[in-house]
Amino acid sequence: MISPASLTELRDAVLSAPRVIAVGAETKPRLSAVDAVKISMRQLSGITEYDPSEFTFNALAGTPVREIITALEEKGQYLPFDPLLVEAGSTIGGVVASGLSGPGRFRFGGVRDFILGVRFVDGMGRLLRLGGKVVKNAAGFDVPKFLVGSLGRFGVIGEVTFKVFPKPAATLTLSMPFEADKMARIANSRFEAAALDVLPGGETLLVKLAGPGAALEVLAREIGGEIIDNTIWDEIRETPWSYKTDITPDQISDFKAAHVSCGGSMAFSHSLPVRGMTLRGDAPLWIGGRPRFAIEAAVKQALDPQQRFPTLDD
Amino acid sequence: MSAALERLAELLPPGRLLVRPVELAAYESDALTAFRTRPLAVVMPETEEEVIAIVRLCHELKLPFVARGSGTSLSGGSLPIAEGIVIALNRLNRILKLDPVQRIAVVQPGVINTQVTTAAAPFGLHYAPDPSSQSICTIGGNVAFNSGGAHCLKYGMTSNHVLGIKAVLGTGEVVEWGGGSRERLGPDWCGLFVGNEGLFGIALEITLQLLPKAECFHTVLAGYRTLEQAGDAVSAVIASGLLPGAIEIMDALALEAAVAAVHAEYPPGCEAVLIVELEGPREVVAIERERLDAILAASTPVEMRPARDADERLAIWKGRKSAFSAVGRLSPDFIVQDGVVPRRKLGEALRRIAEMSRETRIRVANVFHAGDGNLHPLILFDGREEGALQRAEDLAGRILKMCVEMGGSITGEHGIGVEKRDFLGDMFTPDEIDCMQRLRAAFDPLGIANPGKMFPGKEAPAMSHVGLHPLEKAGIISRE
Repeated sequence: MISPASLTELRDAVLSAPRVIAVGAETKPRLSAVDAVKISMRQLSGITEYDPSEFTFNALAGTPVREIITALEEKGQYLPFDPLLVEAGSTIGGVVASGLSGPGRFRFGGVRDFILGVRFVDGMGRLLRLGGKVVKNAAGFDVPKFLVGSLGRFGVIGEVTFKVFPKPAATLTLSMPFEADKMARIANSRFEAAALDVLPGGETLLVKLAGPGAALEVLAREIGGEIIDNTIWDEIRETPWSYKTDITPDQISDFKAAHVSCGGSMAFSHSLPVRGMTLRGDAPLWIGGRPRFAIEAAVKQALDPQQRFPTLDD
Repeated sequence: MSAALERLAELLPPGRLLVRPVELAAYESDALTAFRTRPLAVVMPETEEEVIAIVRLCHELKLPFVARGSGTSLSGGSLPIAEGIVIALNRLNRILKLDPVQRIAVVQPGVINTQVTTAAAPFGLHYAPDPSSQSICTIGGNVAFNSGGAHCLKYGMTSNHVLGIKAVLGTGEVVEWGGGSRERLGPDWCGLFVGNEGLFGIALEITLQLLPKAECFHTVLAGYRTLEQAGDAVSAVIASGLLPGAIEIMDALALEAAVAAVHAEYPPGCEAVLIVELEGPREVVAIERERLDAILAASTPVEMRPARDADERLAIWKGRKSAFSAVGRLSPDFIVQDGVVPRRKLGEALRRIAEMSRETRIRVANVFHAGDGNLHPLILFDGREEGALQRAEDLAGRILKMCVEMGGSITGEHGIGVEKRDFLGDMFTPDEIDCMQRLRAAFDPLGIANPGKMFPGKEAPAMSHVGLHPLEKAGIISRE
C-alpha cells in the first residue's frame, strides 16, 4: 500500500508500480478487489476551497464525505444526491469512482449531475484538470462525468469540484402501501418529491418531501400515508448493500427483495440479483455481464496506454 | 461529379444529395454568421440506417463530415468543411417513444427542443433545458454542444437530462449507452458523449428524462440605479438559501434594445433590471415568495414589479428573451460571448467589460444568467467598417481571457466550436489538451468527424461580415 500525501506524490505513486488501483475507505470493497498495488487516498484529504456563495467546493479525493456534509451544513447547504455509507467513512473520490448515489438522486440528479471538475492522474502519470470550477461550463470534453462510475480503471482522481444546493428548511417522510400506479402519480405530480423509495419486501413506499415546513404539512395531507421519522433515510444510506442494479419502474416487481430507490431507477440488495454490480462479497464484479463496445478499449488506450490501471473486467 | 459524390449518390436518391451551389448556400454557415464555408455536398438522410451508411462511407473514403440540425450554433459548431460534406439531420425528426410512467422520451436527433415539451405536456411533464433558440434548435445539436438556457442553476444543462444515447462513432461503430433508467453502472459514456461538439460521432437516438411541470411561478422584475446594486441583490438572494429557477440581469443598453423591439416597459432611470423566478408547488411558492419579496425590497430597487398573472410573467420573459435580437436594432452587427465567472466576481467582471468598452469605443450590451455567473456580452459593431469585425473579435478575446483569469470558463453553454478554439489553451494545459485529443482520436482516428472545431492550431476559415442571421432578424431565434 502506497499512501501519497500530495498530488505530486500521487503522480509518483501511479508510476511506481506496473499496476495500481486507488482506494479510499474501502466501503465498497469488491470494486477494488483486483490484483494491483493499492494507493491509499486517506492522506490526500481536506476541503481545498469552499465559498458558499458560489454553490461549489473543491476537495481532495480522500476527504471523508462526513467532513464535507458537516462543512456544508454549517452554511446551510448540502449534496442533494445523498451519498451512501457516510458514517462508514466513504470518501468523496470513492463516491465519484463508484458512481453511487442515494435516494435524493430522484429530485435533482446523481453524482454525475453535481460533479463539475476533476484533477486526476492518467496512466502516463500526468496530473490533469478537466471540467471547470464554476457551476456552468461547456469547455472541452466532459471527462469528469466519464470518471463517475469508472472504478479507477481509467485514471486516479486526486481532487474534485462539486456543485451544491441550499439545504431545504425542512424534510418530511411519508410511508404508505406500495402500488405502482400510486408511485407514478406522485412522481409525475406537482408535489416535487425529494425521494421515492420502496422498502425490501416491495410493500412499503416512502415519499420524502423537502421545503418550507408549513408547506410540507399541507402537501403531506394531500398525498396521504403516515408521517414517519426522517431517520429512516439515514438507515437506508448507511446499509452496506452488496449489489446495485440499474432498473426502470416497470421492473420493481422483479426486485421485491431489494431496496428500490430513486423512483424505481436503482435497486440495492443483499441477495444476488439477476444482473448488476457487486459492491461487496466474492461474486463477479459484473453480474449478468455488461455491454461491450470496441470504443471502450480505444478510450482505455487513450487514457492508460500501458494498462497501469486494471480494466473493467479485472 | 467526384468519385466520393458518386458513392454517396448510390446511398441516397438525387433529391437528398445536394451538390449545386445554389442548394448549398443555405448550409454555408450557422448562427455564427461571421464564418462561412461552402461544403462539397449536403446529404439529407431520413433513417438511422442511412446515417450509419453515410458515416461508414465517409470512414472508408476519409471524407470529413459535419452533422447539422437547424444550424443555430453560436460558436460555429456546424460550420461546413470545404472538402467535406454536411449531414443534415432535420428529417430524422420522430419522437420514437414517450413513456409517462418512466418519464422519458426517446427522440431522433432532428427533433426540435420545444417539440419534446409539447409532446410531454398532456402528461403534466416537460423537458427542462431551454436554450433561447428552443423553438428551432434540435436535440441532436443540444446533445453535441451540451446546450444550456435560463434554468441551469437549478436544473443543469442538456447533459443532466440525457439518460441514453445510440450513436454512430467516427470509427463507424454503432454504440448504445444507458437507456430508460436514471441510473447506470460503469463509466458514464453518455456523460462523455454529450458536449463532444460533433468530434466523436453522431447521435441517432437520444433518451431524455422528463420532469413534472412546476405548478406555480412567482416572477419578479426589479429595476436598479446601478449594475452593482442589481448584483448585490443577486448575492442576497443566493445567501438567503432560496433556489430560484432563474436569475437574470439586463443592463441599460440591453433594456434600450428591448424597449425598441418589443415595446417592453421598464422602470425609468434604471441602469439594470433583475428578473428572479421561483417555481414549485403553490404552498411552497406562497411561503418563499414572501421571503424573496422582502429580500428584494431591502436591496433598494427603484421599483419592484411582481408578475400578477401568467400574462405578466410572459411579458417579463418576452422582454428578456428578445433582448438579443433586439440589439440588432441598435447595431448592424454584433457578436456574443458566453464566458463564465465565479458569481462573486460578476460585479468586477462587468466593471472591467465597461472599461474595455470605453477604452476601445466599442459598445457592449450585457444580458446574463446572473445565478450561475454566465455572462453574455453583446459586442456591437458595423461590419461595413474596415476592421470593425476584427476589433470586435479582439475585444471578445480579451473578455474571455478575463473570465479564465477570474477562475471561470471561456464558455458556459455555446461550446468552443470554431470561434473559441484559440482560447482553449488559456483554460487547459498542453497535457490536458493532449488528453482530449487522444480521446478524440479514440472515437475518430481519421479525424473526419467535424474537424477544425474545439482544438487550436488548424487553419482558420475566413471571417466575413454578413449581418444577423435571417431568423434572428425575424425574431424567431435569439443568441443566448
